[in-house]
Amino acid sequence: MVKLSINNRDVEVPEGTSILDAASELGIKVPTLCHFKLDDFDIESKAGSCRVCVVEVEGRPNLAPSCCTPATDGMKVKTNSVRAINARRTMLDLLLSNHPKDCLTCQRNLDCDLQRLAGEMGLHRILFEGEQMEHEVDRANESIVRDPNKCIMCRRCEAACNVMQTVGILSAVDRGFDAVVMPTNKHSLAETKCTFCGQCVQACPTGALTAVNRSYDVWRELNHPAKFKVVQTAPAVRVALGEAFGQEPGSVSTGKMVAALRKLGFDRVFDTDFAADLTIMEETTELIGRLTSGENLPILTSCCPGWVKFFEHQFPDLINIPSTAKSPQQMFGAIAKTYYAEKADIAPDNMLVASVMPCLAKKYEAAREEFAPNGVRDVDIVISTRELANMIKEAGIQFNDLEESEFDNPLGESTGAGVIFGATGGVLEAALRTAADWLSDEPIEDVNFTAVRGLSGIREATVTVAGKDIRVAIASGLSNARDLLDKIRKGEARYEAIEIMACPGGCINGGGQPSIKGDTSILEKRRQALYVIDEDKQIRKSHENPSIQKLYKEFLGKPGSERAHKLLHTHYTERENA
Amino acid sequence: MSTTTPVKDPAALASWATEQKAQQDSGAPILIRVSMGTCGIAAKTGSVLEVLQSEVQSQQKEGQIEIVQTGCMGLCHSEPTIEVYDRQTRQSIFYGNVKPEHAPAIVREESSQAYGVDILTQNWYRPEEEKADVATAQARIVLRNTGRINPESIGDYVGTAGYTALAKAITSMQPDEVIQTVIDAGLRGRGGGGFPTGVKWQFAANQPAGEKFVICNADEGDPGAFMDRAVLEGDPHAVLEAMAISGYAIGAAKGVIYIRAEYPLAIERLQCAIGQALEYGLLGDNILGSGFDFDIEIKYGAGAFVCGEETALIHSIEGLRGEPIYKPPFPAVEGLWKRPTIVNNVETLANICAIVRQGPEWFRSIGTEKCPGTKVFALAGKVKRVGLVEVPMGTTLRDIVFGVGQGIANDRAFKAVQTGGPSGGCLKSDDLDTPIDYESLRALGSMMGSGGMIVMDEDDCMVNVAKFFLEFTLDESCGRCTPCRVGNKRLHEMLVKVCEGKADMRTLEKLRQLSDVIKETSLCGLGQTSPNPVLSTLRQFRREYLDHVLNHMCTAGVCSALISYEINDRCVGCTLCARNCPVSCIDGSPKELHTIDKELCIKCGVCQQVCKFHAVDKH
Repeated sequence: MVKLSINNRDVEVPEGTSILDAASELGIKVPTLCHFKLDDFDIESKAGSCRVCVVEVEGRPNLAPSCCTPATDGMKVKTNSVRAINARRTMLDLLLSNHPKDCLTCQRNLDCDLQRLAGEMGLHRILFEGEQMEHEVDRANESIVRDPNKCIMCRRCEAACNVMQTVGILSAVDRGFDAVVMPTNKHSLAETKCTFCGQCVQACPTGALTAVNRSYDVWRELNHPAKFKVVQTAPAVRVALGEAFGQEPGSVSTGKMVAALRKLGFDRVFDTDFAADLTIMEETTELIGRLTSGENLPILTSCCPGWVKFFEHQFPDLINIPSTAKSPQQMFGAIAKTYYAEKADIAPDNMLVASVMPCLAKKYEAAREEFAPNGVRDVDIVISTRELANMIKEAGIQFNDLEESEFDNPLGESTGAGVIFGATGGVLEAALRTAADWLSDEPIEDVNFTAVRGLSGIREATVTVAGKDIRVAIASGLSNARDLLDKIRKGEARYEAIEIMACPGGCINGGGQPSIKGDTSILEKRRQALYVIDEDKQIRKSHENPSIQKLYKEFLGKPGSERAHKLLHTHYTERENA
Repeated sequence: MSTTTPVKDPAALASWATEQKAQQDSGAPILIRVSMGTCGIAAKTGSVLEVLQSEVQSQQKEGQIEIVQTGCMGLCHSEPTIEVYDRQTRQSIFYGNVKPEHAPAIVREESSQAYGVDILTQNWYRPEEEKADVATAQARIVLRNTGRINPESIGDYVGTAGYTALAKAITSMQPDEVIQTVIDAGLRGRGGGGFPTGVKWQFAANQPAGEKFVICNADEGDPGAFMDRAVLEGDPHAVLEAMAISGYAIGAAKGVIYIRAEYPLAIERLQCAIGQALEYGLLGDNILGSGFDFDIEIKYGAGAFVCGEETALIHSIEGLRGEPIYKPPFPAVEGLWKRPTIVNNVETLANICAIVRQGPEWFRSIGTEKCPGTKVFALAGKVKRVGLVEVPMGTTLRDIVFGVGQGIANDRAFKAVQTGGPSGGCLKSDDLDTPIDYESLRALGSMMGSGGMIVMDEDDCMVNVAKFFLEFTLDESCGRCTPCRVGNKRLHEMLVKVCEGKADMRTLEKLRQLSDVIKETSLCGLGQTSPNPVLSTLRQFRREYLDHVLNHMCTAGVCSALISYEINDRCVGCTLCARNCPVSCIDGSPKELHTIDKELCIKCGVCQQVCKFHAVDKH
């Protein structure tokens, strides 16, 4: 332990603690920009680059960046001396002098750390005006807009992309005033092995990395007189959307969300959870098939488009292991535009299928060419949780006062197994519930496979199903996925089934969710909320979903049937490493 | 030694040295040393050498004259330079500005004065260890062999007690004794920081045993500084030997020389030296039978100034972007590949062998109490004798500029001397009598840096000088931290305004204010010192800033926006200026007074240069 004083108050902290964290022990918040910390995922980036957190340390000739200076015994720190305040203001002044002043029309308006700091510090004019950098804006993909002109070189996106996700495409290029974070060789994101997971967008404190916004397209379609408008909502959206309206993290707002979507003008509000149940039918059939033959194990889940693109680029040698089942979003689109269109007597090309997803990679996924049979996309437009929240606000809907509403049928009926897809481990648990039933003589009583739950990056368990041990592993976050796959590649670990989600914690922490601002405890609350919904459901096994059973009976035949394969399965493509 | 079997033990090394020494003493009566460093080669010393060699042959003087190619002698002002050394009298004569046509006479041993060759001061320098009888301002420890031995001959090096320090360290001293020797000597990092070298070694030695690294920082990047290059080109074995000693001291078996790729000759000579040392078992496994192993690898820098900063340098070796990071952890604790690493600059290392050989007391007898030893300066700018000089710490600037450098060229008045490279400060004539060391320079708002020393005269505009240096740091900043990336850009923009006469008094205040903040908030040494040229000129040459701002005047006549050319009545109408003007803005008929169209004039000054009648005035 070391003892130091900050603003004349004593504090004792463990050795190695930064001045920033020591100050926070005393309730003193030193402003930061480049500092990026995600406690539960063991991610901390202290680039020490913004210099906004500088403080005065007695006896030290220059100012100390509090985020990366360790507290030492007897240290006397002043966070608010004139020297420190002047330096801090100058840093912000300099950053703003090289930053576009289009806050009013910026996507991060009211959600920007730089803007907030300028407000909090009361910076009312820029003293050191001068030339501003000029870079091209990268809009060449479906998911992420990269505007280097707004980059403040905090390097948080680098930590997200390179450390947390090990995708490794973002780094600083050029030097001096021209230095900026970009993909290597200044490629556009579309040319790289970017997975579009959107964790960089979540990490960015300014508008340098934002999501592609499709809300206007949705508005236009909603106002199309002839179209039949269908929307699906992913499981993780309902446990995060409320945060955008001031609700406590972990609040469940399924009913209000459905009501809001109706008010926006959708003809049918359906649930991706239904398609999640459908996914389980197909994937579990595949799992049992592989378990029986003992071939091509382990099976890897394929619901997450970021993960799919990751292995297509990085593990092409393992391209035959993942399940061929499409993701729930794409299964939904395929079923909506065939089965449902037939039932409701609507021409598929006259139907709008929109998705509300916690994810930015889903935007990319929906645009993959294999998901547009005969040139008609299964899913037409994907918006994120944040975009939906903004649309609700834009429409003047008082979200918190809404009367709760229920999903439409049949594509709105779902089980507890479907909803837990939103958290890491959920897909696997859902599959185990069905596999257990199918492999046993009678249905299992306890559906809670708690061993696979949690937020930690890699979890493994051996689950006994119908007297048979199944070794399973779960990874969330692509660096964990990489570790796990490396082990499998080297033959150091053997499993029968593996679930992987690109974002740490799963979809509840997707790139399209309301920002957690570094507070990972919010994720735990969202996660628990999903399991509460699961507990509250009467039916908690996918194969018991009556609408699913009806779908097979009326349309698909059996899981794994030829029709199911045509509509619900996909293939993967080896991709180059740019 | 005629065979290339490894040197087995210190005794074998000693007998080889004796053999070499005897050979050197008993050679031809006249030894001609030809300065073949990069600078000498650029000055066409190669063609002088060729003629010298062919003349020795054609005059059949092979027995009387031996020619040896050496590294840089430090006499930049008079390249090509050769030294004619008489082995009997032990006297040397240095000839400067030698041309190939002088060579026959030199070989004939005639008085070369008749041929117009410059004869330089005798005893220009002497290695400190040899105790010259004639007092010179210079005392050479770092450059003791540079310009004297053939850098491509390990035998030459061994003949000057080469590798005996390594032999002494690894066979008769404990690692901590070696470290204590360096601590006692008081050697401080010559790369600019001035951190006690032995203490740095101690940190790394204190780390738990395991893989450790020694890095030689040869990424010499200060514009105008080339002492490291001179050492590497002239005495590469001294650096290898020192690295091996430091490796032994901290428990490292691996050394890396990080050298800028723009030093091809230095790289070539290092490769040659490493090859020879390995061949003779003075590097590699079980050196001199001691059981100590040490290997050296060369890594090339791609020309980024900031990679001279140790953490950036380590990143660069690891294949990452060359960017500094916050210390701690210091490299001595967590360095290359996260292992304990010491990074020492070339000049620092070049002191080590002499210290180990002669002991700390000897080293302390040179220089000042706080800064023992010498410092090499690259003396440049408006002095008569530009070159590499090595003087004891505590020598005054006056002794260097007016003694060794022999004062200002072209009878102009001294204005300032800039020390410490691009991030140093400018010192006025009042400061000339300050004995220089790390502390005194810092107190004057400048710094030691790596030893660049640029002398300026009355024709230099100090605002423009500050702008020039800032341009360099701006370009070389890695861009990581806000103050250096954006702050220096803003400083530069303000300086441009001053130079264009567009600034007001508020600009001067803002310059100072921003400079202060950049100094105390920047992440690494580059940013922390980059405003030094601005601050020191603002303080020392405020008058010049005021002239630019208030009177829109550049007294030195440098800032083109503030000067104008005018033709006075001495003009005879010769039309020479009009014919030479690149933008044809001079009007006038032959034999009539000419005029300059100031709107079109680009202020290149050609008219003034070509006018034979002093009829063009610069205002």
